[in-house]
Amino acid sequence: MHTLISLTAPAVLPAVDPVVAAPEWSGGQAAVWLVALPLLSAAVLLLLGRRADRWGHWLGVLASAGAFVVGVVLLLAVLGQPAGQRVHDVHLATWLDAGALSIDAGLRVDPLSLTFVLLVTFVGTLIHVYSVAYMEHDAARRRFFAYLNLFVAAMLLLVLADSYVLLFVGWEGVGLASYLLIGFWNHHTPYAVAAKKAFVANRIGDVGLLVAMGLLFATFGSLDFATVEAGAVSGDVSQGTLTAIGLMLLLAACGKSAQFPLQSWLGDAMAGPTPVSALIHAATMVTAGVYLIIRSGAVFTAAPTAQLVVAIVGAITLLFGAIVGCAKDDIKKALAASTMSQIGYMVLAAGLGPIGYAFAIFHLVTHGFFKAGMFLGAGSVMHGMDDQVDMRRFGGLGRYMKITYFTFMAGWLAILGIPPFAGFFSKDKIIEAAFVPVDGQPWRAWVFGGVALVGAGITAFYMSRLFFMTFEGQKRWSRKKDGSEQHPHESPALMTWPMIVLAVGSVGLGWVLSSVGFVEWLEPSVGHAEHGEPVLAVPVLIGLTLVAVALGLVLAWRHYAVSTVPVTPPLGTVVTRAARVDLYQDAVNDALLVAPGQYLTRSLVYGDKAVVDGAVTGVARATVGVGDVVRRVQNGFARSYAAVMVVGVVALAVVVLAVRG
Amino acid sequence: MNPLLTALPAAAGALTDSGQTSTAEAVLFWVLAPLMVLAALGLLLARKAVHAALAVIFIMISLAFMYVAQGAEFLGVVQVVVYTGAVMMLFLFVLMLVGVDRSDSLVETIRGQRWIGVLAGLGLGVVLAGVVGRATYDPPVGLAEANAPSNPEAVAHVLFADHVLAMEAVGALLVVAALGALVLTHRGRLVPKVGQRERAERRLRDGVHPVSLPAPGVYARHNAMDVPALLPDGTPLESSVPRVLRVRGQEADAREYAARIDRVLAGGWAVGAGTFTSDDEYVGGPQGAVTGGVVVHDPSAGPDGPADRPTDAPTHDEEDGR
Amino acid sequence: MSLTHYLVLAAILFAIGATTVLLRRNAIIVFMGVELMLNSTNLLLVTFARLHGNLSGQVLAFFVMVVAAAEVVVGLAIIVSIFRTRRSASVDDVNLLKS
Repeated sequence: MHTLISLTAPAVLPAVDPVVAAPEWSGGQAAVWLVALPLLSAAVLLLLGRRADRWGHWLGVLASAGAFVVGVVLLLAVLGQPAGQRVHDVHLATWLDAGALSIDAGLRVDPLSLTFVLLVTFVGTLIHVYSVAYMEHDAARRRFFAYLNLFVAAMLLLVLADSYVLLFVGWEGVGLASYLLIGFWNHHTPYAVAAKKAFVANRIGDVGLLVAMGLLFATFGSLDFATVEAGAVSGDVSQGTLTAIGLMLLLAACGKSAQFPLQSWLGDAMAGPTPVSALIHAATMVTAGVYLIIRSGAVFTAAPTAQLVVAIVGAITLLFGAIVGCAKDDIKKALAASTMSQIGYMVLAAGLGPIGYAFAIFHLVTHGFFKAGMFLGAGSVMHGMDDQVDMRRFGGLGRYMKITYFTFMAGWLAILGIPPFAGFFSKDKIIEAAFVPVDGQPWRAWVFGGVALVGAGITAFYMSRLFFMTFEGQKRWSRKKDGSEQHPHESPALMTWPMIVLAVGSVGLGWVLSSVGFVEWLEPSVGHAEHGEPVLAVPVLIGLTLVAVALGLVLAWRHYAVSTVPVTPPLGTVVTRAARVDLYQDAVNDALLVAPGQYLTRSLVYGDKAVVDGAVTGVARATVGVGDVVRRVQNGFARSYAAVMVVGVVALAVVVLAVRG
Repeated sequence: MNPLLTALPAAAGALTDSGQTSTAEAVLFWVLAPLMVLAALGLLLARKAVHAALAVIFIMISLAFMYVAQGAEFLGVVQVVVYTGAVMMLFLFVLMLVGVDRSDSLVETIRGQRWIGVLAGLGLGVVLAGVVGRATYDPPVGLAEANAPSNPEAVAHVLFADHVLAMEAVGALLVVAALGALVLTHRGRLVPKVGQRERAERRLRDGVHPVSLPAPGVYARHNAMDVPALLPDGTPLESSVPRVLRVRGQEADAREYAARIDRVLAGGWAVGAGTFTSDDEYVGGPQGAVTGGVVVHDPSAGPDGPADRPTDAPTHDEEDGR
Repeated sequence: MSLTHYLVLAAILFAIGATTVLLRRNAIIVFMGVELMLNSTNLLLVTFARLHGNLSGQVLAFFVMVVAAAEVVVGLAIIVSIFRTRRSASVDDVNLLKS
């Protein structure tokens, strides 16, 4: 930490061009190990099979921890360099070389990717440790750890890649790993369906990324970040092209980050084991979309329309997730809705332009900590409550699970944005940034700022609701599955310690990062932006936010801590009922996409059968028919053949005679 | 043959100035041609292959006549020698081999083949006859000039001068054909040949009958083929009677003969002399034999009697007594 | 009588021979039908030789005879060997082409 603080001084220097990369840097090769360690571990675990059952999980933990160590070493190495030389493109090999298309496999080590690396490996390692205990009774624990390592490796490849192509490899790897993990208990059909849903929703986003890559290659002739950034900044490219690229990248981000309108998979993704949810929501997967937008910041900066759409999508998702979160009774689904909402904050920030990039990352990091902590807490609660997930069947658990209670409280206060918890430092910055006016469009400040502010209030309500329903109030416990009484108990140390560490981060990380100059540290990657003045004074904004949060908190307290919570969900208002089914998102998807898609598929299948197969089988049938007729001629009797010959001769003679005259 | 060859050239193939044949030739043609067509129809319709072959032979000989009449004496002779003498004889041999008494069923088995065949044949005949009949030819030249000094000599000139190569090739073809026939009809021996020596050795090996079987009639006081030989103890030896007789059941009972002969020796000479072929006569004992013996002397009953008569003794006696 | 009569006779014999080939099942009779066709052709050749005053026709007929003799030898050998294996001289029984 001392190093970090001492090095913030140069970071405050005037903005540096983020495109300039230091060409020679021996330390960059070490970055390979970041990806290789978890990947090798996953390969070992998968290939050795049952032989690795006894020690496989520890190998997984070790690989993840090793990657974290490598990340720390890299961080120190990068910090040892002046701010202007902290972007390193490490060339590994020539990957594809086909005429105009020449793609190098390379890694980009810069503050942005290092931030992600540390977040992914640190939180990932904690989740690994937690999983050792959480999955102890699962027969396929080794396989679980192999997938976890694969997930981490893919995510690290995603954030370290120096070109869109390599990023796409990691992007797909994350999709694959998430599919494997969400469907980990795929013997249960709904879980398998949920995994498939996540995979398919991600595919839609992937199409966006593929199209964007095609456009990028057509426009810039290359797919590495350096060329694209330089090309986008140069201003030689038309607005329309850049907007199209931006929108396609946004579509990709929506798929991966569960943003509107591709957010429907996130709730179902809770089918996976709870550590997987924590990993997906905190450290990996959903952050990939935010990363992509920020990594492509140059494109979005050059295409204001696309940027505005990003902000709008973020704002919509923010409210959407918040509203859905208010109605969910499943603790994991409520947390999932909150993730959606928080990612909405990040995307909104990313849509605000360079001014918000750093805050988006900042919030992403703090969110990674407190959301991971809360998910692990939720897993701990489920662990103690015989896998019960209905919050209406919890209540009063705070007395039985002290550690879980306090660590969860840290995360809860952090997400509420209560000072001095982590969320305050990151979320308030985003709200502030949202209120900064854009030239010529004063409405934007009020709309986005207002949404962010209201979102903060709703967030406070539903997170408090979750917290109070789970840990406060009276007991509403159901019986266990085997019919015995519930005996909530604290989880083993292997589960509580990661939660404690994450809780510490939830409490102090925001303050620490803002005081060491995290935003400035990111500047080599995301660029520097002048701080604009919000339409309202900053203290006023902070005050308003706190008031909104307090309102939500009090409302939740009155409803779910003081008064009795019904065990069966009341009918509720129209909004509540809509929110319970994700605001009819699945129904809308079904009606708008799935049903027409199925209809199209069916008609295509019919067309294929009738026309294509019909032609093919028709030709075959005609051939068979002709053959059938001709076969009768070939009856094997020499006399028949002779008869044919004689008839032919006669016919020929007649023809000749007729012609000759 | 010499008189034929020397007598014909003057007449054979001679044409009138208008290209008509001589009257003698016309008579020959009109006598032979209808017969030939009839014979050809005989080939088509004959039930027995031999008849068909005979019809073909007739056609071929008639053709030989026509060849000679047309100034192709050499071909006429060759026709008789090769076709009638060799080819058709070969056909007849094969017919014997395949089974001469098999007559073909003329029922058609391939559906529609009969009608197609008849129509196609008729069509072919009509078309061909129409073509050759209605075509216009140059005035016939005749072979008077080409056949000088004689037909075989002239043919030899053409054959060995103009077509000598084809002649050689055809000769080779004949050799190959003969060889091919040998190969096709050759049958490899699948089991070793069994000769007299092998038979004798096998008989000794089996040990059942090292020597030849006993002849019938030995010690049976009778030497007819159907009378088994007697062993020294008086029992008849079945295997001494030829197998064919045994299978047919025409074997005589040796004891009967022995008893009868004893009786004859004892003085019953005339009695039952003609009844030796019947075993049934003596079922009834000496009395029956006496009565039966009288009747059998009747010449009319002799040849057909015993075999056709019922074996029932009482009925027999009644009939005889009448 | 003109020479055309010979030609017509040859045509009729040829047609009957062909019909025999088509209608009879006994391979030997079929073969005789073939021989009849060859013979009628020979008659045609001989007549044409006389018509044109050219002995080439007769020589050709001679060749036909020789080839026919060779053909008969081989053909009958085939019939005999088929009869040996199948106990039948019917051309309809040799229908393995039908598969």
